[in-house]
Amino acid sequence: METKLSSATKEVIIGDDLPTVLIGERINPTGKKKMTAALEAGDLEVVRREALAQIEAGADILDVNVATPIIDEVTMLPEVVQAVMGTVDAPLCLDSSNPEALEAALKIYKGKPLVNSVTGQEDVLKRILPLIEEHKAAVIGMTVDDDGIPNDVDRRVAIAHKIVERADKSGIPPEDIIIDCVTMTVGADARSALVTIETIRRVKDELGVNITLGASNVSFGLPNRDLINGAFLAIAIAAGMNCPVINVAKMRPTVLATDLLLAYDKNAMRYIRAQRQSR
Amino acid sequence: MDKEEILKEARKAIIDADKAKAEELAKRAIAEGVDPLEMINKGFRAGITEVGDLFGRGELFLPELILSAEAMKGAADILTAALPKGTKKRRGKIVIGTAQGDIHDIGKSMVVSFLQANGLEVYDLGRDIETQKFIDKAQEVNADIIGMSALLTTTMSGQKALIQELKKAGLREKYKVMVGGAPATQRWADRIGADAYGIDAADAAKKAMELLGEG
Repeated sequence: METKLSSATKEVIIGDDLPTVLIGERINPTGKKKMTAALEAGDLEVVRREALAQIEAGADILDVNVATPIIDEVTMLPEVVQAVMGTVDAPLCLDSSNPEALEAALKIYKGKPLVNSVTGQEDVLKRILPLIEEHKAAVIGMTVDDDGIPNDVDRRVAIAHKIVERADKSGIPPEDIIIDCVTMTVGADARSALVTIETIRRVKDELGVNITLGASNVSFGLPNRDLINGAFLAIAIAAGMNCPVINVAKMRPTVLATDLLLAYDKNAMRYIRAQRQSR
Repeated sequence: MDKEEILKEARKAIIDADKAKAEELAKRAIAEGVDPLEMINKGFRAGITEVGDLFGRGELFLPELILSAEAMKGAADILTAALPKGTKKRRGKIVIGTAQGDIHDIGKSMVVSFLQANGLEVYDLGRDIETQKFIDKAQEVNADIIGMSALLTTTMSGQKALIQELKKAGLREKYKVMVGGAPATQRWADRIGADAYGIDAADAAKKAMELLGEG
């Protein structure tokens, strides 16, 4: 199954047996003092620079999130999306829990974006799926519902089924749904990564849809987080996850090596090119 | 073992996350006539405070923190049960949960462990909780403190709403309000008029004890 996303000038395809698509996570003020201050002051230069830096690091798609407690996302999200579209040619992932902000950004977006995200919660599905259909976008569906994050595989898989079915009823084909199987830290529960991995396998097997992951949560509260994140990414890619939301500069080498080992990189050309460039 | 030595060992048992040892020391303190409250405060609580500091400095990690909090709770339960009737102080009560729309609860669960370790009676509502439910529960159990955690910039508004709702209901003076979570700051707490902000689980427990006049 292939998910096709685009900007005004460029198409990116997410699919089985294709190289892993990297979604850059860095345009997000959470935990970033400088970006928070800049966005709150309406200064978009920091965002433009971060967009360029991620593309140079090898990002295929950029996530755009502008939520802070005092920012009005409805005006700010489209503004920032406009600025990023004017800076790079990668497709974007519009990231907000505010439906009005998503609608405003969808209206000005050129191409076919990804929207981050819906959950299995009724009110969220009702509010956001029609927007996705209207703007012919693709959407990330998180395996979370009104009862929170299930800690067992069956319930997460059931939510994934529900999201795909509800999308279908709203006129959104399964190739435009990307499931996020949700990651919790192994620092608090030793089995939490296993639950995510098994969910990825089941969702891939039963629904065939493409799968994303915000991988870095897995190492919360532990030393040398990048090491754990890299190992987890490799396992998740092998299980069928094919478009992680990550810090591209840090994680791309691990992803390229993993793709090589899984035969997603014919003749190792992508891996070799990246190694030559980094010399 | 004299008292000073038992207190020192108690502190160490928590830092080592040795639950069996901590419980053994709690029983020993009772047998040797050490005041249970002193044992909790100067022994075990001193240990958990240090664990919190070490975690904050990146020298201890989340799994160790969880085990230390469990050891502390085991020991504190034994000592609390041994407090003589009548002298048993009413324990502080706190209602806690994550803000509506927020499903992230690792931090909140850590705070719960630390609060319990400090002997508080904790009513954990869980995650993604309507603002009104915090107030209803606080009324029901006659709580001292209401704590709300928010891990998202978008759900932090729940913390502000809690204080506004309390004011509207004429209950603001009845409860102390604590806020926490990754995007929260002391500045945010001041701005919305919260009584305390905890930067991490150990700090939250410390601030809660201060609010109860037991800091």
